Amino acid sequence: MVTNTHADVQVSDLNFFYGAVQALHGITIDIPEKQVTALIGPSGCGKSTFLRTLNRMNDIIVGTRAEGRVLVRGANIYAPGTDVAALRRRVGMVFQKSNPFPKSIFDNVAYGPRLFGVRGRNELTEIVEKSLVRAGLWAEVKDRLPASAMALSGGQQQRLCIARALAVGPEILLMDEPASALDPRSTAHIEDLIGELRENYTIVIVTHNMQQAARVSDITAFFYEGHIIETGPTQTMFTTPTQKQTEDYITGRFG
Amino acid sequence: MNKRNLLDNLGLWTFRIIAYSVVGAVAYILLDIVVKGAPSIHWDFLSSPPRKSGAAGGIFPAILGTVYLTSGAMLVAFPLGMASAIYLSEYARQGRFTRAIRLAIITLSGVPSIVFGLFGLGLFVLFFGFGASILSGCLTLACMILPTIIVASEEALRAVPQYLREGSLALGAGPWQTIRKNVLPYAIPGMVTGSILGIGRAAGETAPILLTAAAFYLPRLPKSALDPCMALPYHLYVLATQHPSADQVRPMQYGTAFTLVAIVLFFNVGAILLRAHFRKKYQW
Repeated sequence: MVTNTHADVQVSDLNFFYGAVQALHGITIDIPEKQVTALIGPSGCGKSTFLRTLNRMNDIIVGTRAEGRVLVRGANIYAPGTDVAALRRRVGMVFQKSNPFPKSIFDNVAYGPRLFGVRGRNELTEIVEKSLVRAGLWAEVKDRLPASAMALSGGQQQRLCIARALAVGPEILLMDEPASALDPRSTAHIEDLIGELRENYTIVIVTHNMQQAARVSDITAFFYEGHIIETGPTQTMFTTPTQKQTEDYITGRFG
Repeated sequence: MNKRNLLDNLGLWTFRIIAYSVVGAVAYILLDIVVKGAPSIHWDFLSSPPRKSGAAGGIFPAILGTVYLTSGAMLVAFPLGMASAIYLSEYARQGRFTRAIRLAIITLSGVPSIVFGLFGLGLFVLFFGFGASILSGCLTLACMILPTIIVASEEALRAVPQYLREGSLALGAGPWQTIRKNVLPYAIPGMVTGSILGIGRAAGETAPILLTAAAFYLPRLPKSALDPCMALPYHLYVLATQHPSADQVRPMQYGTAFTLVAIVLFFNVGAILLRAHFRKKYQW
């Protein structure tokens, strides 16, 4: 299943602190291009924190600090003078709790492009349609784009958030437990979508659901207490993990 | 009926009676003003200047003065208050310094209005040399209602869920873009609500304008913002306590009170409609 592509994101020796508390210890991992990397581990193990270091979303939390190197396509995103807004445009994010804006469906998806100066109605319409198609939502909403996004179901809202993230043309998509608040059918929908998006995007997904990690990912990294215990092809990780802790976690003996 | 039901009912009725008596007191005052004030209201009373030091004629200059002072104060205080609230809630690092600023703001909102009047007299009337004028009065009233607006605006901003900010930032929006496009639109209704309280205070206060803007008796209309003006609350005060024959001008007093209440109501209804308009636009 794993092919030898070059790494899209290279993280080396990353430490992360909330004030005096160290949440990540010497994280080193290569995230391959156009594959799905799953981050698993018990609650509080640092996987979400790690995900948020990849688009510097942790910057908005007061008193946080990162040490080490995170190369996105070769450039260190923690180097001084990095344009964080431009970084977040390249590294999109989907949150655990779907967070549609209280605007119309159209305006939700057009929000990002408008930030970057796309004004033409035709151009916006084209981007909105393309993004909604990619997020697998177009057929359901194409007749009610001016309706409020808040009227959509939970699963539709999450796909809208994916469409919104796609609309700014990212290369990498970060997903923080994107299906944890959804019913099984919507979850299956999101998982299928991840499989399709994998063709065009590098995806990093945090999940609490072992079956989900096994189903959707190519690479799995197991986090425990701020360390990466083990990384490897998902198949190997789930069949023959080398570390005892990984095996215990995957088989449900703790966490 | 068991003991618990009895206690429940006792509690319910205690609170009900307290609530009713509060409403009743307000209703009594309003009713008194309406019943005794309404007969004085006719077109001449509203549209002509006072004569015989207020014993005859109308109250038009006072109405106009109050409208000038109130809208001027809002025009100054609302943008300033909004900007301060945005800074405090969205930009400033939360810590000892912002806590000190908040404490100062809350304290300011409790400062007696006469102190604001004296402050306005010292700063705007004398130091800046605006004299006793509409301008000085507006600025003084603006200072007085600023804390109310800041506190309400900050609360409105805090009520906007954090995930809307994160969602916007994650799309590559800058902090100001996020505030302008994905925070302020949802906070505006709350901010307007807060200013409603400010409007009522600005229209009704006497002490701050006593020393900075209001003329005792000025039948002619102000020609510029640097002229003094009459104002309803001060006119009412003069008629009720300073007039040589206070009893004879009773109808004028009630008419003035009625008009003042009506103007405050008018401003409030306007603000409520504005809020409803914004609310309908953004719901989550």
